[in-house]
Amino acid sequence: MTCWETIQAYGLRSIGIGENLLPKSDFTICQQFTLIGSGMIWNLYFGVLALVFGFFLANAVALARNARNPWIRKPAEWFVFVFRGSPLFIQFFLAYEALVLLPKEFTLFGVEISTSWTTRAWAGALLVLFLNTAAYSAEIFHGALKSIPKGDLEAAEAYGLTGWKKFIRIEWPTMLRLGWPAYTNEAIFLFHATTLVYFSGFPAFAQKGDALYYANYFADKTFNPFIPYPIVAFYFILLTLLVTFVYGWVNARLNRHLPSNTRSKIRLRPNLIR
Amino acid sequence: MFQACADPKAIEGLTWAFCYLTSAKHVDFYWSFLTVLLLLAITAPAALGMGFMGATAARSQIAPVSWLGKIYIWMVRGVPDIIFFLFFVIALDQGIEYIKNLFVCDGGAWPWQGLEFRVCPEAKVPLAKSSAFWHQAYGFMLAVVTFAIVFGAFVANVIYGAMQAVPRAQLETAEAYGMSRSQVFHRILVPQMWVYALPGLGNLWMILIKATPLLFLLGVKDIVYYARELGGSKTQAYEYPHGDWRLWYFLGLLVFYLVFTRISEIGIGKLTARLSHGQATSGGEALRKAAA
Repeated sequence: MTCWETIQAYGLRSIGIGENLLPKSDFTICQQFTLIGSGMIWNLYFGVLALVFGFFLANAVALARNARNPWIRKPAEWFVFVFRGSPLFIQFFLAYEALVLLPKEFTLFGVEISTSWTTRAWAGALLVLFLNTAAYSAEIFHGALKSIPKGDLEAAEAYGLTGWKKFIRIEWPTMLRLGWPAYTNEAIFLFHATTLVYFSGFPAFAQKGDALYYANYFADKTFNPFIPYPIVAFYFILLTLLVTFVYGWVNARLNRHLPSNTRSKIRLRPNLIR
Repeated sequence: MFQACADPKAIEGLTWAFCYLTSAKHVDFYWSFLTVLLLLAITAPAALGMGFMGATAARSQIAPVSWLGKIYIWMVRGVPDIIFFLFFVIALDQGIEYIKNLFVCDGGAWPWQGLEFRVCPEAKVPLAKSSAFWHQAYGFMLAVVTFAIVFGAFVANVIYGAMQAVPRAQLETAEAYGMSRSQVFHRILVPQMWVYALPGLGNLWMILIKATPLLFLLGVKDIVYYARELGGSKTQAYEYPHGDWRLWYFLGLLVFYLVFTRISEIGIGKLTARLSHGQATSGGEALRKAAA
């Protein structure tokens, strides 16, 4: 089998397209690169969707945390505390067990609802990652909201901006701008966290797993960790560079009105494992 | 264990719950919490030591040493930590067995042959005939070393940043007093750097707590292992039959971690206040104003 044929057979294996049987013996470097790369599709899927949905929830939770009314503020604080204070690993297990216990089918207002799909990784794990990243990002945005310069808000009021207009034109853009470097780190580590999905609770069906799932498969079969794990590491370094690039572009856009020496730069800090 | 629990099928209600929660397997479960605490107690200082060495190496004037330190710090960026965990445990295990193989086996052949890692039986660590305790202990030790290496890199990054954050003027003053490089390092840099390192280190401590369930992945019988074992549904063949209770066990673990992080948060807050005393930072300034 040439390398090109391997790519055709296994390039989309993780989503069930192509050869059904995984290689069993005579593993080549090409096979490992292809299968692990195809697993990255799932890492991208979880990471991108969780970030996109999580961004909106994070904004809402950050605002709720800033609310004066304790009926709004307290739930938001608890949400952030629970998801930031416990390991993602346990959250995955807990979510899986809870989703398994849901009744398989029930009728709500005459509509029959099936729940078995929630126990699948593509839905259940995505839900956990979505809530998790929302909590971490909400904390970042909340901190940014608190550190908006007082002068900016006073200036906005002096211009007659109040309420919603003040928020959408002044507070929200400034909050994003201040929180963006930390949010970039959060995005990187969310992608890293996606490797936990198939290791905790959520089983992989028909050997359709993520990059680490296949790397672990190869390491188990060959007893040689020195090839598959560096391959995953290689893919993730590429992914990290890509995320840094995209978020750096957004950061430049958020900072475009500032003189170049006061813009906030994105600094990578490796300090978030869940 | 207790006299009343001799026949679990005959009892019910509170007695049943009491007997259930004190069964031998549950006592093992409670001990496994200590395993987690022990891991933290060993790993935290070890990682701090590794991190300190890494940061000092990265600041070294000798280029190769400085590169080594910087590569060590950069290693953890961009790559998910779980990959390191899975990698190091096998790599360390094979490395140890390979070195032992060089000494105890005849010929000391290259062990990575095709799809197998093969060393002679005498070179296995621990030996196949060793007791289960040693297998557990060896697994635990590998986990500790792996945690120390990975978290050492995180700590190194924090300490490196903290050393850069100590105001230049402080070091220059010390040099003006005629202190040597090592004197400046020991007397000025290290004592002052902690206050800058503390937020990062506190953060890492929280992360370390939250990384402990990874022990389960490394094959150590930790709290996650027991929660899955005990929570799974038990048929009538068992002494205490029950349905699938894993959800409740995991809820218990969740609460354990939440309480643990909350206590740590409070502790770190107190430590920060203490270290900020008399420092030229905004925190120190706030303390001074509050006292005055």
